[in-house]
Amino acid sequence: MSSKLRILVPVKRVIDYAVKPRVKSDRTGVETSGVKHSLNPFDELSIEEAVRLRERKQPVEDILAVSAGPAKCADTLRTAMAMGADRSIHVDVPEDKPLEPLGVAKLLKAIAEKEKSNLIILGKQAIDDDAAQTGQMLAGLLNWPQATQASKVSIDNDTVTVEREVDGGVETLRAKLPMIITTDLRLNEPRYASLPNIMKAKKKKLEKKTLGDYGVDATSRLKTIKVEEPPVRQGGGKVEDVDGMIKKLKDLGAL
Amino acid sequence: MLTIAGQSALRAVRARSTSHALSSHFESSSLARLLSTLAILEQRDGKLNSGSLGAVTAGEKLGGSVHGFIAGKSAKTVAQEASKIKGLEKIIAVENEAYDRGLPENWAPLLVENIKKGGYTHVIAAHSAFGKSLLPRVAALLDVQQISDVMNIEGEDTFVRPIYAGNAILTVQSTDPTKLLTVRQTSFPPAEIEGGSASVEEGADPKAESSTEWISENLAKSDRPELASAEKVVSGGRGLKSKEEFDRLMPPLADALGAAIGASRAAVDSGFADNSLQVGQTGKNVAPQLYLAVGISGAIQHLAGMKDSKVIACINKDPDAPIFQVADVGLVGDLFEKVPELTEKLKSQ
Repeated sequence: MSSKLRILVPVKRVIDYAVKPRVKSDRTGVETSGVKHSLNPFDELSIEEAVRLRERKQPVEDILAVSAGPAKCADTLRTAMAMGADRSIHVDVPEDKPLEPLGVAKLLKAIAEKEKSNLIILGKQAIDDDAAQTGQMLAGLLNWPQATQASKVSIDNDTVTVEREVDGGVETLRAKLPMIITTDLRLNEPRYASLPNIMKAKKKKLEKKTLGDYGVDATSRLKTIKVEEPPVRQGGGKVEDVDGMIKKLKDLGAL
Repeated sequence: MLTIAGQSALRAVRARSTSHALSSHFESSSLARLLSTLAILEQRDGKLNSGSLGAVTAGEKLGGSVHGFIAGKSAKTVAQEASKIKGLEKIIAVENEAYDRGLPENWAPLLVENIKKGGYTHVIAAHSAFGKSLLPRVAALLDVQQISDVMNIEGEDTFVRPIYAGNAILTVQSTDPTKLLTVRQTSFPPAEIEGGSASVEEGADPKAESSTEWISENLAKSDRPELASAEKVVSGGRGLKSKEEFDRLMPPLADALGAAIGASRAAVDSGFADNSLQVGQTGKNVAPQLYLAVGISGAIQHLAGMKDSKVIACINKDPDAPIFQVADVGLVGDLFEKVPELTEKLKSQ
């Protein structure tokens, strides 16, 4: 007998991938106010995959999108619902005290247990902190199997087969539900939310919660000492032709 | 080499020894106890993966003792080879076929057991597919906030890492009792594999079952240098227009230079090149002596993966492409003319 899929999709609101982040002059972080934010691109893939599982006639009972962060995360969740998530939970976390991956993993564990999730699809990394940890941490805390950097997912009853990107190629793993999957770029091509679906998403349920509601202590373990601009590379200018290129590469000791 | 980290540990010991009036003998043994690193070494089919040896280099930079950790079917044989790695005091080996495929489900309990047994203050793995998949799971089991893709160690608890695709550099201080790090391979070159004489010790084996079954793998075969560690890299982008053109132009150029082949995300997404060749924020980080970008515009996500290269050269027909802002040598021109010409001229040298 196959179980009904109750999919949990954690999503993060991040500075849009096309924006070049600017380091604050006091070196405490990156300027976020007045900067365009979007759904983390890898999380779009997670939502898309969950919706496609339903479209492939898998017994998907529920797709729940969750985000932890300031009030504006609600917009991110509306986007996720416009793409096909059924409902969402916004866990309010003050903007000046963002959670670390370990804190997020603890929160997600509590939510997954409460919501009886049996498949959790996360992005492989958020493009702001580039940590690539939350999915694996959550898998460890729940003691569930994990398949990170997935490029293909297929489900047959309770058995999940995942192709994952590894150094030098792909690897295929198989595990039983419940399971954690993190998405790689090759997994799918996320759809755009259509206007009618954006309108419909406004009527979908968005619950507001706090860390306290889940009894999660997510105290930070890391202290930011400083955030700096990377050293600027000086472009060395252009050469006229191929001979010029070879000569300059030799001068620079690269050939 | 006594490093910043070693010195600050030493200060801590001195502070304690002053207040408790301890002997100098205790002082040095305290230092050893205060800082001890477990470096996770990867092996494949009984062969040590040199890409993982950056973990040893990072451990040495911290100061204190550095132990290596190896598990798998031929762990003891690999341990003998690894015992010559410079900087390692001891190797912990766990010989059990169950660990051959590097599955985090049984590796994580294995590491937790050995970390606790050894009382390590630092645990370091390479920021490879294996390290990335495993170490956060270990961190969660130990209730530790891991630090990913470390590019510099400033002290025993202070680490530097890139955020926002390398557009900002973050220095963080960890308050966790055990520090778990994955280290950037291009920032910590492999430790030398000769000159050392580590002892080999059998590690604890909790024999946890893996809830995941390894089915198969399909690795891209290549006779060329490995992308992440190559001294020269030629990389192709969307400008190559098709897989046929990529395959026609890039391999001869790579061979003329003795270079590895890389690709931009656009080239990979368009099917010109295999996923494993992608250079950038979501692909590989490279820092070769020479990085030659062909038909690559230079989006920030791509630059994230290659801007630490020693010399960057590019060929692009758009003189305003952002790649020219970072390139030491830029040639504006049609790559379909310039690449064959460059290949020929390099070959005739």
